[in-house]
Amino acid sequence: MGIEGVGARVARKEDKRFITGAGRYVDDMVVPGMKHAAFVRSPHAHAQIKKIDVKKAQGMPGVIGVLTGKELKADGIGNLICGWMIHSKDGSPMKMGAWSPLAFDRVRYVGDAVVIVVAETKGQARDAAEAVEITYKELKAVVDASKAMDKGAPQVHPEADNNLIFDWDIGNADDTAAAFNKAAHVVKMDIINNRLVPNAMEPRAALGHYDKAEDHYTCWTTSQNPHVARLVMSAFYNVAPENKLRVIAPDVGGGFGSKIYIYPEEIVCLWASKKTGVPVKWVADRTESFLTDAHGRDHHTHAEMAFDKDHRILGLKVETQANLGAYMSLFSSATPTYLYATLLSGQYNIPAIHANVKAIYTNTAPVDAYRGAGRPEATFVMERMMETAARQFGVSPAELRRKNFVTSFPHQTPVIMCYDAGDYAASLDAAMKASDYAGFAKRKAAAAKKGLLRGIGMSCYIEACGIAPSAAVGSLGAGVGLWESAEVRVNAVGTIEVLTGSHSHGQGHETTFAQLVNERFGVPLDSVSIVHGDTDKVQMGMGTYGSRSGAVGMSAIVKALDKVEAKAKKIAAHLLEADEGDIIIENGALKVAGTDKNVPWFQMALAAYTAHNLPGGMEPGLKETAFYDPSNFTFPAGCYICEVEVDPETGVTEIVQFVAADDFGNIINPMIVEGQVHGGLAQGIGQALLEGAYYDNSGQLLTASYMDYTMPRAGDLPSFKISTSNTPCPGNPLGIKGCGEAGAIGSPPAVINAITDAIGSNDLAMPASPSTVWAAIRATKH
Amino acid sequence: MYAVNYHRAASVADAAKLIKTGDAKLLSGGMTLIPAMKTRLAAPSDLVDLSRITELQGVRVSGKTVTIGAATTHHAVANDEKLKKACPALSHLASLIGDPAVRHKGTIGGSIANNDPAADYPAALLALGATIITNKREIAADKFFKGLFETSLKDGEIVTAVTFTAPAKAAYEKFRNPASRYAIVGVFVAKGKDGVSVAVTGAGDDGVFRSKEIEAALAGNFTTSALDGVKVPAKNLMTDIHASADYRANLIAVMAKRAVAAANA
Repeated sequence: MGIEGVGARVARKEDKRFITGAGRYVDDMVVPGMKHAAFVRSPHAHAQIKKIDVKKAQGMPGVIGVLTGKELKADGIGNLICGWMIHSKDGSPMKMGAWSPLAFDRVRYVGDAVVIVVAETKGQARDAAEAVEITYKELKAVVDASKAMDKGAPQVHPEADNNLIFDWDIGNADDTAAAFNKAAHVVKMDIINNRLVPNAMEPRAALGHYDKAEDHYTCWTTSQNPHVARLVMSAFYNVAPENKLRVIAPDVGGGFGSKIYIYPEEIVCLWASKKTGVPVKWVADRTESFLTDAHGRDHHTHAEMAFDKDHRILGLKVETQANLGAYMSLFSSATPTYLYATLLSGQYNIPAIHANVKAIYTNTAPVDAYRGAGRPEATFVMERMMETAARQFGVSPAELRRKNFVTSFPHQTPVIMCYDAGDYAASLDAAMKASDYAGFAKRKAAAAKKGLLRGIGMSCYIEACGIAPSAAVGSLGAGVGLWESAEVRVNAVGTIEVLTGSHSHGQGHETTFAQLVNERFGVPLDSVSIVHGDTDKVQMGMGTYGSRSGAVGMSAIVKALDKVEAKAKKIAAHLLEADEGDIIIENGALKVAGTDKNVPWFQMALAAYTAHNLPGGMEPGLKETAFYDPSNFTFPAGCYICEVEVDPETGVTEIVQFVAADDFGNIINPMIVEGQVHGGLAQGIGQALLEGAYYDNSGQLLTASYMDYTMPRAGDLPSFKISTSNTPCPGNPLGIKGCGEAGAIGSPPAVINAITDAIGSNDLAMPASPSTVWAAIRATKH
Repeated sequence: MYAVNYHRAASVADAAKLIKTGDAKLLSGGMTLIPAMKTRLAAPSDLVDLSRITELQGVRVSGKTVTIGAATTHHAVANDEKLKKACPALSHLASLIGDPAVRHKGTIGGSIANNDPAADYPAALLALGATIITNKREIAADKFFKGLFETSLKDGEIVTAVTFTAPAKAAYEKFRNPASRYAIVGVFVAKGKDGVSVAVTGAGDDGVFRSKEIEAALAGNFTTSALDGVKVPAKNLMTDIHASADYRANLIAVMAKRAVAAANA
């Protein structure tokens, strides 16, 4: 490892521009003649649109265009789609209702876009938006998935009877029933995974520009995957064919999943640009973000786990209702199925599993993948169950888990996943040691003297990153492949550009990807540029989500680097009149091993481009492309231990210690990995203690601002004690597993297990706000 | 935000004239009004800014009498050395409002004129038996605060100062809303020559109020043990996603106890 190579704590190259306000986000983009858009949105959760009158708005100062869904339809713009086909257990395809980018006959949630207004200024666009007169006939709304399938419940889409989108299952029902028949103990729980709002720091934004001269569109958008956006907008929304549509996702200020999806606004801005003849920019305000960014989680689950007399798990039954909101967002069907139920084996040997998932429409914002996407929900089920089982049996939660750990690899679970490598006991041991688990009783007694209830809880999570391989996900219903591409361009002076299909929206790719190049060729980080986020620059890519940029994106770069290295060595061998096999790369030069004969890296590069003296038949230049399709998911895993003190008078929980022991495989930049863990833990602890999206029964979002939606603040969080261990991933050339979501996946059950331990009641909902904890304590006294 | 005409008043008299312009509103720190305007929930035609009027600034302590100009910021109240000696409970209360940015802009006059049911100052002024001075008259605190966001101020009437006699003992304990950090329950206890008074903010469905149960328990015995077993009824308390009426009732008793402990410390 050099000072800038793999494993070095290199400061992030991109941070200088971010922290000095020099980043360039969509809202910073200015195109000559650009105008501003405002959307008229539904104030109702469910209503028929009887009439839209735009006359008054059209006459307002500065107004350039007021456009409706009917005009959009007339121009042949397609409906939004869900890109993963799920079939119900009876074999029928999922029941997807129509989602028009602008609603024209019916609105289905508060925030549904109905009309776009384009005006000279943002203020004028908003003024005119208020002047659009829409006559609605209000309909009854349903917001709770557990009530949406009731007889007589409001119907969100005519396509989905009883609001049921699919009724899907996985695993083996008969084997599982047999396992329960021979069980000595059965643990049963009802578990709710609370709905969350993603809250990226940068709100969503889009700038659509139709160039009449070229008959070409450009869309600047806050996307985690600009190529997927281009593909979907071309193939399904008929905005423009791919060769006439360029999508640029410049600096993007956080996504957490919410910016994977293609939303109505970017499609409408592109269409409106052609319609009005001006470039059209829209930037969401924070209220729009709360109302219309795809929300996360929102599961209701009943789970039962069967154990033998020695407390070994025999089987698991899970019934989950997943609220998908008013429309099926791009990957909404995959999140509660293949990203959730496939992780229900946890870190454990479970011979039989059966899970049934019902996906349900409601009159709420669409729900899709949010940091962790399905795995937090699975982990919450598994780790609440294990803790509860240990309490029910009166055994140590750590030992119950240890007894059931998977210890030999590869391990095929009953729910598709084949775990490739791991050492779950190592993480458990590390976390128990770091938390002084053995000394807990003493600390609990000391807290009791202060009138505080102290509790400890753990969570042994496993997750799956770098969703793959393409052929497998295709067979499960994915509409896209899940590979990644890379192109490495060595310039004539030896500097290097890496073009990647991954997209950085906070992850630090400009640093970590460059470290990979430095490690290989000894070129300083300053001489390596990472290019991403522009479909005109990068040929194709699948973007960044599901902690895939390391395992998949960097593996593609490695493949391209392999090709560059092979050619560079050929050139050097020719120049040095040596055998290609004797060439090594060291300290920025290509050397003949065991001699002092060498050619500096930049000279080799120059030779490639002057082409004055290349091996016979070799093409000039030094630029290589690679596509990498992984052979399997990767499986990060670890153990989190949370210790809390609860004030029984107020229900206030303080996290007094939080230990994270993670196995992410090999690590490129430990500082960036620690940052990912910290951020993930903040979001997971946020879910457990603070965050919750609430609708009232009429479908109004009660938590539509920071006055009511509790974002984690630094003061809510302890100083984390984190460590990593390493069982390298055998499935990719770097041995990387991924670290972007683990914190958010593993932490909620650790927190809830700790609080329930403290208060002596297992019945506690998330977020465990002071009032919720106080009520749970009080319930134990009645 | 809609277009609005901005006027900077040079004096209270000037402000009293300007407020008659169109559908004008008085602007002090703007910590509530400006966000409401930004989200288009408020749309005054004109704003009359009081925050630069010199005669509305500052804390004066004369013997036991404390007078605070209406445009004095929370930061200034929290850090005034004379006030810290005369009535440290009020300094402490001011230090708990919002965040540093809010405390450097928000003012005591703006807070009480807005009378947010979760604001901190109304509890203090009610418990201290303060007098609110306007450009027209003087109003006792218990006549001033009238329900949610309502006061006895007439159209165009301007709060110029608040005044009160420093109590022998006082303290404020606040339980914050986890999201907004406003009070879910804030309890101000004061023990003065007229006995003990206890005012509660953040909890009442009709705004700030005095807790008879707590006052009765503390009347002859200003100690925490006097509050053992005292129950506050949940009737007339608010329920929202952050706290039920029952929880608020519990918090009133808990915060009152903590306030008494702090006042006696």
